[in-house]
Amino acid sequence: MVAETIKAQTKDLNFFYGPLQVLKKINVSIPEKQVTALIGPSGCGKTTLLRCFNRMHDLYPHNRYEGEIILFPENSNIISPEMDPIEIRMRISMVFQKPNPFPKSIYENVAYGLRVRGVRDKSLLDEKVEKSLKDAALWDEVRDRIHGLAFDLSGGQQQRLCIARALATDPEIILFDEPTSALDPIATSKIEELIEELKNRVTILIVTHNMQQAARISDRTGFIMLGELVEFDKTEKIFTAPSEKLTEEYITGRFG
Amino acid sequence: MNHTRKRKIKESAIEAALLVCALFSVFITVSIVFILSYESFGFFREVPLRDFFLGTQWTPLFANPKFGILPLITGTLLTTGIAVLVALPLGLLVAVYLSEFAPHRLREIIKPALELLAAVPTVVYGYFALLFLTPILQGFLPELSGFNALSPGIIMGIMIIPYVSSVSEDAMIAVPMHIREGSYAMGATKLQTAFKVVIPSAFSGIAAAFIIGISRAIGETMVVAIAAGGMPNLTANPLEPVQTLTAFIVQVSLGDAPHGTVAYKTIFAAGITLFFMTLGLNILGFWLRKRIRELY
Amino acid sequence: MEDLKKRIRANKLRNYLFLIIGLLATLVGLLLLCTLLIDLALDGASRLSMKFLLSFPSRFPEQAGILSAWVGSFLVLLVTALAAIPLGVATGIYLEEYGKKNWLTDIIEINIANLAGVPSIVYGLLALGLFVYFLKLGESILTGGLTLALLILPTVIMATREAIRAIPNSIREASYALGATKWQTVQWHIIPYSTGGILTGIIIGLSRAIGETAPIITVGALTFIAFLPSPPLTPEFPYFSFQWLMDPFTVMPIQMFNWVSRPQKEFQLNAAAAGLILMAMTLLMNGLAVYLRYKFRKRVKW
Repeated sequence: MVAETIKAQTKDLNFFYGPLQVLKKINVSIPEKQVTALIGPSGCGKTTLLRCFNRMHDLYPHNRYEGEIILFPENSNIISPEMDPIEIRMRISMVFQKPNPFPKSIYENVAYGLRVRGVRDKSLLDEKVEKSLKDAALWDEVRDRIHGLAFDLSGGQQQRLCIARALATDPEIILFDEPTSALDPIATSKIEELIEELKNRVTILIVTHNMQQAARISDRTGFIMLGELVEFDKTEKIFTAPSEKLTEEYITGRFG
Repeated sequence: MNHTRKRKIKESAIEAALLVCALFSVFITVSIVFILSYESFGFFREVPLRDFFLGTQWTPLFANPKFGILPLITGTLLTTGIAVLVALPLGLLVAVYLSEFAPHRLREIIKPALELLAAVPTVVYGYFALLFLTPILQGFLPELSGFNALSPGIIMGIMIIPYVSSVSEDAMIAVPMHIREGSYAMGATKLQTAFKVVIPSAFSGIAAAFIIGISRAIGETMVVAIAAGGMPNLTANPLEPVQTLTAFIVQVSLGDAPHGTVAYKTIFAAGITLFFMTLGLNILGFWLRKRIRELY
Repeated sequence: MEDLKKRIRANKLRNYLFLIIGLLATLVGLLLLCTLLIDLALDGASRLSMKFLLSFPSRFPEQAGILSAWVGSFLVLLVTALAAIPLGVATGIYLEEYGKKNWLTDIIEINIANLAGVPSIVYGLLALGLFVYFLKLGESILTGGLTLALLILPTVIMATREAIRAIPNSIREASYALGATKWQTVQWHIIPYSTGGILTGIIIGLSRAIGETAPIITVGALTFIAFLPSPPLTPEFPYFSFQWLMDPFTVMPIQMFNWVSRPQKEFQLNAAAAGLILMAMTLLMNGLAVYLRYKFRKRVKW
C-alpha cells in the first residue's frame, strides 16, 4: 500500500450563517493528488464545505467559521483570520457549477489568473495559456480561434475553459462544485476523463449530486447529511460496504 | 508578508478614495442647506417673518419694498395646480393603457417617444406656451391676458406626463400576474381588472408617481418665466399673469441686485421656501416607493 | 340570463371605450411634440443659415446669430462632462462594489435620491453662493460647467449602478476565485462590462444639461455676449491656456430665452431657429443614447 500524504485536513470545522449552524464538527482528511468526492442530498452543506477551502464565504456578510482547515506541508490554517484569503485563492482554484467564463477572449480568460499575479511577459503568457488549454483537453478545438470570444464556445467547452483557467496558475488544490450538472452526457464524460488525468498533478476535491459520478472517478468519498459528515472512506468501500446505515440508505436511493 | 501588506494598503486607499467621491453627494446636500439657510438668515434679520409669510405684496425691488411671499406662493400653486390637473389623470390613463391594454410592440414604440417628451428643453416649451398656445387659447377665451397661468400650466402638465406615467406603470407592472388572473377568472374585463384590482394594489407606487409630478411642477422655472409673466399677483384666476417662486429668482438673477443686499438675499428666501416644499414631497415619495419594494 | 348578457355587453363596451381613451391620452403628448416641432420649423427654418450659426447676437434681428451661444454651450458641456463623469462613476462603483449595508451607505443613497428631485434652480442658487462667491470662481464657464455637473450627477450615478448591477455575480466569483483583489476585479471586469450602460447614462445626462437654462442664468451667464471666450491655444509659450475657463459666457437656451422675451416678431423667429438647433442637438444625443443602449445590450448577453 502506498503511503499517502494528506494535503488538507479539517479539524472540528463548524460554519455559521448568522445564527444558523450549517456545518457541524466536520473532520475530514483530503489526500494529496487524489480525487475526493463529497456527496449527499441537496442542501446538506457539501457546497458550503467546499467553499470554506478557498474562503469564498468571506465575500458575503453574516458568515462565520469555527475550527481549522490545515494545509500541508506548512501546517497553516486556511480559515484563520490572519490568513489572507487572496493568498489562499492563489493556491487553491475553483471550478463552478455553471460555466462562468469572462466575456473576453479564450486567451484572456486563461491568462487572467496570471495577470492577477503580475505576469506581463507575453511569451510566458502564451506558453502558459497553451499548456493550460492542452491540459484541459481544449487546445486542439480552439487553437485557431484563441482570440475569439469565450462565449462562442459550447457549454462543455466553456467548462473546460474554466478548468484551463483554474489550471493556469499551477494550483495545489482544485475545488469542483458540481462541474457537470449543467452539461450534457458527452461533455460530462469528457470532463470526468479530464479529472482522472489531472489528479496525477493536483489534489482534487469535488462536490457532486450524482452518486455514479462519485463512484466512477473518486478515490475517497465523504457522505454529508444535514451539515454532518456521516461517513468518509475509500470510495470502493462507501459504495459496496458502507459502515453507516444512513450512508447505505442514501446509496441505495431510499432518500434523495 | 511585505507583499500582502503593500497590497492591503493599496486596496484600502482605493476604497477610501471611492468613498470620498461617494460622500460628495452628501456634501452637496449639506452645502445647499447651508447656503440657503445662511443667506436666508441674513434676509430674515432685516425682514420680519410675519411680513414674509403673511404679507400680500411682493415688491422687493421697489423703492419702498414689500416682502410678502404669498403672491409668489399662490403663483406657484396656481400654475402647479393646472399642470397637475392635466398631468395626473392623463399620466395615469397612459400608464393603465400601456401596462394593461397596449400590445407589446406598441408599448416598445410609445415608451421611448414619451421619454422624448421629458427630454425637450424647457425653454422650448416656454416658447411654445407663449407664442403658440396662448394665442390659440385667446381665441376661445378673449379675456385671457398675454401672460397667464393657464397656458404654461397646460404645457407643464403635458411635459410632466412621462414622469407620472412611467413611475405609475412600473408600479402596476410590479403587481403579480396571479392577482390579475383572480379577477379575469371571474369574468371581469381588462378595464375592470385594471381599476378595481391593479390600481388599488399599486396604490403606493401611483401615489409616489403623483408626488414626483407635483414636485417637478413646483420646481419648473423656464416655462413659467417665459409665459406666466413677471408681476407677482395674488390671485386664483388662471387667466391673469402671475409670477412663481422660480420665475422670480430668474428675474432677479437677470437684473442688477448687488451681492449682499436684501434684494439679492430675496432669491435665497424664495429658494429655501422652494427647497423645503420639494424636499417634503421628495421624502414622502421616497418613503412610498420603499413601501412598494417591500410589499413585493 | 338576458340581464347577464346585457351586463357583459355593457362591460365590454366600456372596456372598448377605454381602449380608445387610453390611446388618445397617450397620443396627446406625442401630438404636442409634433405640433411643437412643426411650429418651430415653420417659424425658424427661414432663419437657419451658415450666417446664423456664425454671427454674434446683435440689436438687429436679421444680423443676429448664435455663435457665442453654441461655442459657450460646447465649452460648458466639456467642463460638465469632465467633472461629472469621474465623480459619478466613482460613486456608482463604491455603492455597488464596496458599500456595506450600514448607515453611511443609507445616508449616501438617500442623498442621491433627494438630489435627483431638487429643482434645477436651487442648484443655481447653490452654485451662486459656493462657486461664484465663496470659491471666487466668478461668473465663468468653469462655474457654469460645475453647476451642470452637480445637476446631472444623480443621473450618472444611477446609470452606473444599474449597469454594474446587470453583471451577474458568477463573474465576480470567478474573478475572486482566481485570487484577484477587489480593485483588480473592478478594474478588469466591472468597469469594462458596464461601460455601455455608463456611457448611455452620461449621454442622457449631457443631453439634459445642454437644455438647462435656469441654473445657468442664476450663476450669471450673460444674455448678450458679442465675443467668444479666450482661445485655448496661444501663439506664445506654453502654447495653451486655461483662461477660457474663467471667461464670461452664454449658452444656447439662454440665447433663445433672450430672444423669446423680446416683443419684436423678428427676434421671435430667431428664437424659433435657435430652438430648432437646440432640439436637433437634444434629439441627436437622445438618439445616440438609445442606439448605444441597444447595441451594448446585444453585445453582452448574460
